[in-house]
Amino acid sequence: MKKTVLFGALTVAGLAAGMASAATLDDVKARGSLNCGVTTGLVGFASPDANGVWDGFDVGVCRAVAAAIFGDPTAVEFVPTTGKTRFTALASGEIDMLARNTTWTFSRDIDLKFEFTGVNYYDGQGFLVPKDLGVSSAKDLDGATVCIQTGTTTELNLADFFRSNNISYDPVPIETNAEGQQQYLAGACDVYTTDASGLAATRASFENPNDHVLLPEIISKEPLGPLVRHGDNDWGDVVRWTLNALITAEELGVTSANVADLAAAPTDNPEVNRLLGTEGELGAMLGLEADWAKNAIAAGGNYGELFEKNIGENTPIGLARGLNAQWTEGGLIYSPPFR
Amino acid sequence: MTSITDPQQGSFRLSMLINDTRYRSYTFQAIAFVVLALCIGFVVNNLFTNLAAQGLDISFDFLGVPAGYDINQRLIEYTSQSTNLRATMVGILNTLLVAVLACATATVFGVLAGVLRLSNNWLVSKLMAFYVEIFRNIPVLIWILIIYGIMTISLPGARPYLGENPDREMLFGMFAFTNRGVNAPAPVFDPLGWVVLAIFVLSVVGMFLYRRYAKQLLYKTGRLLPMGWPSVLIVFVPAILAFFVLGQPITLDIPDTMANRFNIKGGFQIGAPLIAIWFALSIYTGAFIAENVRAGIQAVSKGQTEAAAALGIRPGRIMSLVVLPQALRVIIPPLISNYLNITKNSSLAILVGYADVTATLGGITLNQTGRAIECVLLLMLFYLVISLLISGLINIYNNAIKLKER
Ligand SMILES: N[C@@H](CCC(=O)N[C@@H](CS)C(=O)NCC(=O)O)C(=O)O
Repeated sequence: MKKTVLFGALTVAGLAAGMASAATLDDVKARGSLNCGVTTGLVGFASPDANGVWDGFDVGVCRAVAAAIFGDPTAVEFVPTTGKTRFTALASGEIDMLARNTTWTFSRDIDLKFEFTGVNYYDGQGFLVPKDLGVSSAKDLDGATVCIQTGTTTELNLADFFRSNNISYDPVPIETNAEGQQQYLAGACDVYTTDASGLAATRASFENPNDHVLLPEIISKEPLGPLVRHGDNDWGDVVRWTLNALITAEELGVTSANVADLAAAPTDNPEVNRLLGTEGELGAMLGLEADWAKNAIAAGGNYGELFEKNIGENTPIGLARGLNAQWTEGGLIYSPPFR
Repeated sequence: MTSITDPQQGSFRLSMLINDTRYRSYTFQAIAFVVLALCIGFVVNNLFTNLAAQGLDISFDFLGVPAGYDINQRLIEYTSQSTNLRATMVGILNTLLVAVLACATATVFGVLAGVLRLSNNWLVSKLMAFYVEIFRNIPVLIWILIIYGIMTISLPGARPYLGENPDREMLFGMFAFTNRGVNAPAPVFDPLGWVVLAIFVLSVVGMFLYRRYAKQLLYKTGRLLPMGWPSVLIVFVPAILAFFVLGQPITLDIPDTMANRFNIKGGFQIGAPLIAIWFALSIYTGAFIAENVRAGIQAVSKGQTEAAAALGIRPGRIMSLVVLPQALRVIIPPLISNYLNITKNSSLAILVGYADVTATLGGITLNQTGRAIECVLLLMLFYLVISLLISGLINIYNNAIKLKER
């Protein structure tokens, strides 16, 4: 059994290089669909509905990229990955991009040789506890048992937080969010900790969400964003600028409802024109059609629409825009200009 | 004098490598070897060129870097500031712990079920057959998940036991069973307590000496000394006397339900993950061992049993003195492979969150450092060494008990 693992690793490593140096965009076009790594299921971010159709905020990014390339937001194969398997899946070429609540860190960027193509959600790590435990601060958690997803940044932050506050805990390592939810609800752990957005999404799927509270402490910075393999800059550009197109579209007031009209003929806003391909050659520079951004926006809406539809205040998850508002509204969401 | 039919010496022709049966097998072996070596060379070469192309290298420096994560079950001192190497050691010890525990209990389950399956009692033998078939034919991974799932859901959390007016009382005021594990009282030794312990250990040694003496006496003179009650007496009486004479120097550290609002503290704790993986591995492998035991017993010719019965030996003794010693020769070799299976299957421990070496080195360390190839190589090395050690040890034992041809 162990031998198979080695040969697996060897072949994976062997194949990986072949793919990393090749042009991913050409591969994707030749294949006719995009392989996008997502979570194994986190409502609001990425989860399959009753018909097996994937939906969510991260899924929206995958669909936008597929639409930018093919003009078809359904030309995506979704590959569920756990915190542990996601990087191998990306490095080996099994997926072309990863959109899975993944934190941009130095070592992932430099040492693991990935390239983050932006941030689609500014997050931080929080703690979820049952209300009747009567805990009001994370510093009161001395001696608690904590469920924690392995292979994540949150696992390391957790160790740091408890150590620097001189308090102790028992970790219960888990592999997927579903497993964590089950252990937490069965009382096998007192606390569930992960990205605050993930906690909100998880709590929303509980039978009695109001019996559980998020503690006030946010103990880390978790800039979550899509990433690709290091070394194929052209492909990285496609993913980066598709995300930027969604963000710019919100800033310029281009929505899924009006994008078709705005793209029909040049408007009097040159940046909208460049974005939607009625002016200039931006699409061709990326190796895509002129209407790439129009298709990406039409797929699921601009950044703000994706947010409101999947995780916004009118959904059960109910996240406020907060840091994730446009820079013009006092948030951090900011795209470089399209010119 | 040379006869005409003798092949001519020294006139070796190249075609003989294929046509001559004396050389043909060497030819094919040589070809196979070269092909295999080329394949391996190709894969390894590919690995290194591709790693280089990706800008990656093979380096074990990560072992010296702080691991950064915490481990819930550890036999040695470890904090999140310890190195990855230390985390690996913690994992190795945990693997060995669960392997040893599971091998022991699997053997007990296996011998019991194997012997009872041959029982003349219809119900007992059918029950054992049911046990063997149901556990042998469902993958161990599923058993691990089932057992852990049942534990998590059916046992209460720790909270009902806690506080001034708990919903649940501890069993006898000192045992608590929760889905986080089992809490039990732990003995605390005063200096004199160690004396009591030493006396107890000596008594156990004494008991074995007595039994050996009794056996020798039996073989020499045919006189059978009582075995059962003197053994009990030798083991317990001196230790109990010493305990009271020395003023009860061993006390119990009883689990404390008031320590905090999250967990029962103090006493002796076995985590639920360890219990789940331990029990799952032993009950699963026990079913295989049961079949080995049954095969071994059935391999002993019926004449042996009948002869022993004719000599007037009681059924229980026939089993333990005549049949089992001979059956062991058949049982031991497959037992080795079952022990190896337990050790290797313990790598599924991460399923229940037990921090074995696959979970620490091959899981969290691998994932946090991205050193997949290095970690997998180290893991392979570890499992290989352990497996060879186990089979080596049992082979020594097997050689000691196998049929001596004189
Ligand atoms: N942002 C962290 C944690 C990411 C993470 O694992 N998030 C969880 C909860 S927010 C998740 O997406 N789980 C879904 C799954 O189990 O597949 C990281 O990149 O390491």
